[in-house]
Amino acid sequence: MARGRARMTTSSEPYVLNIGPQHPSTHGVFRLRVAMDGETIVDMDMIVGYLHRSMEKLAEERTYTQNIPFTDRADYLAAMSGNLGLCLAVERLAGVEVPERADYLRVIFAELQRIASHAMANGTLVSDAGAWQTPLLYMFREREKILDLFEMTCGARLTTNYMRIGGVAFEPPPEFWPALRELVDELPDRIDEYAELLTDNEIFLARTRGVGVISAEDAINGSLTGPALRGSGVPWDLRKAEPYAVYDRLDFEIPVGRRGDVYDRFMVRLEETKQSTRLIRQAMAEIPEGPHKTQIPLALRPEPGEVYGRVESPRGELGYYLVSDGSPAPYRFHIRAPSLINLSLLRALAIGSPLPDAVVTLGSIDIVVGEIDR
Amino acid sequence: MPAGPTQLSGRRVAAALAAALPSAVVAEHDEWVEVRPERIVDALRWLHDAPDFDAAQLSNCCGVDRHDRFEVVYHLQSLDLNQQIVVKTTVADHERPSLPSAYAVYKGALLQEREIYDLMGIQFAGHPDLRRLFLWEGFPGYPLRKDFLGLGDTTPGLARFPFENKAQPDRIINPGLRPATPDPASQEAPPGWRGDARA
Repeated sequence: MARGRARMTTSSEPYVLNIGPQHPSTHGVFRLRVAMDGETIVDMDMIVGYLHRSMEKLAEERTYTQNIPFTDRADYLAAMSGNLGLCLAVERLAGVEVPERADYLRVIFAELQRIASHAMANGTLVSDAGAWQTPLLYMFREREKILDLFEMTCGARLTTNYMRIGGVAFEPPPEFWPALRELVDELPDRIDEYAELLTDNEIFLARTRGVGVISAEDAINGSLTGPALRGSGVPWDLRKAEPYAVYDRLDFEIPVGRRGDVYDRFMVRLEETKQSTRLIRQAMAEIPEGPHKTQIPLALRPEPGEVYGRVESPRGELGYYLVSDGSPAPYRFHIRAPSLINLSLLRALAIGSPLPDAVVTLGSIDIVVGEIDR
Repeated sequence: MPAGPTQLSGRRVAAALAAALPSAVVAEHDEWVEVRPERIVDALRWLHDAPDFDAAQLSNCCGVDRHDRFEVVYHLQSLDLNQQIVVKTTVADHERPSLPSAYAVYKGALLQEREIYDLMGIQFAGHPDLRRLFLWEGFPGYPLRKDFLGLGDTTPGLARFPFENKAQPDRIINPGLRPATPDPASQEAPPGWRGDARA
């Protein structure tokens, strides 16, 4: 720089930006306080609890069956998986046998729920990345059909309360099967359609490639599970690692990413919906006739003891840690919420990145605030 | 007992732990191993590093109030070996419980320990960011403790629950948890409670 010329400098000082609790990119009542220097994040704090309903405390006064509706309202985008996790845990605790038909019905509904939930996750993610609403509404088209199937079977679309300890609540009505067949036949085409729209889209690639990169070691050490872990290249899926229901009899693959960025997590979800379609098709072909439920006592009293039952929910390892003292209500009812625990690395990922990148990173982790707060 | 299909026998883990870290193991069980609270981080780190156990991930961490003491349960898992290990520890001080933080070994303990602190009031020494998670600073008490019953009129559940019907005493759930006669002092808002403040 030439001597004598005044050097022009601009100074910037950090400022605090508040995002949420009501904001489209926080996917619920979730609040972020972000300290920013220009466009770069210096520090971040997440504030949760707006949806805290003290489910774990309330559950200690209700019977095991009465607690099933809580699991609908924890992860309200994947109520079937929540129901299934609790029922499996209680069945193991109390030694309840489940009829084979119920196991197949559970797989069908849990996989339908996975497709619906991933459609929502991917739709809102691309919406965050700038493809405002169009792909989201495309994906809602299929989700709508799945919710119609739920409504047909158990009368509810979101808070299904369908699984029971020892089986499922209802046999699907006769019109369910042709509608399911039709959906399963058209789903692969629809998924290809999304892939065509988005996977090679230059803007989408620019927004997601190399953004929010999580290494496999960090993902494991940070207790990440589900697509957030598989996106980093770890082939870990409880449906394979610890098969429940009839997953060990069905043929499917675990898609994994390579780079661990937002794009990989998106692709893992997209690929998983294809695998779910495969699973439903097989389950439909193999499902046996028989009862859909075993009879259990109204007030089930498991022997004193404890159990940690877990399922692969669309967001990751959904665990239920139950302690029984021999009474009809659990002594301790803990939900291991993947939405909350997958956020363990959020602050580290966000610091140093521009704000729009942090928003798509949060979108790619796929949180449901009902499950974070419980 | 209903152990998970991939869960390691607590006795096997206890034997290996006792050999590596003498005096760390307090009790063993078919399903879990109980570790002395001041040695918990050593035990977790050893299980994390030992190739036979390879407990790479802290899958779940939660507390249980046993009236006179707290239990903290760690569910560890190895993704490579596909096995699960359950480690427990007991905090004897029910008034001011404190435990070393597992964050030094597992980054995934960050929010799980904050949740336990928030709802059960166990302090984790060495945790980088121990604040309340769901409730706000200044919330009186820790709701998941068994002796947490009332916040004035907002008494949760017990008294209002339809099962708590005096005409059908056999339907009372967890009778031990309910005080024999309601303490009038507990019906008043505790000091510091600002539930009705419009700030």
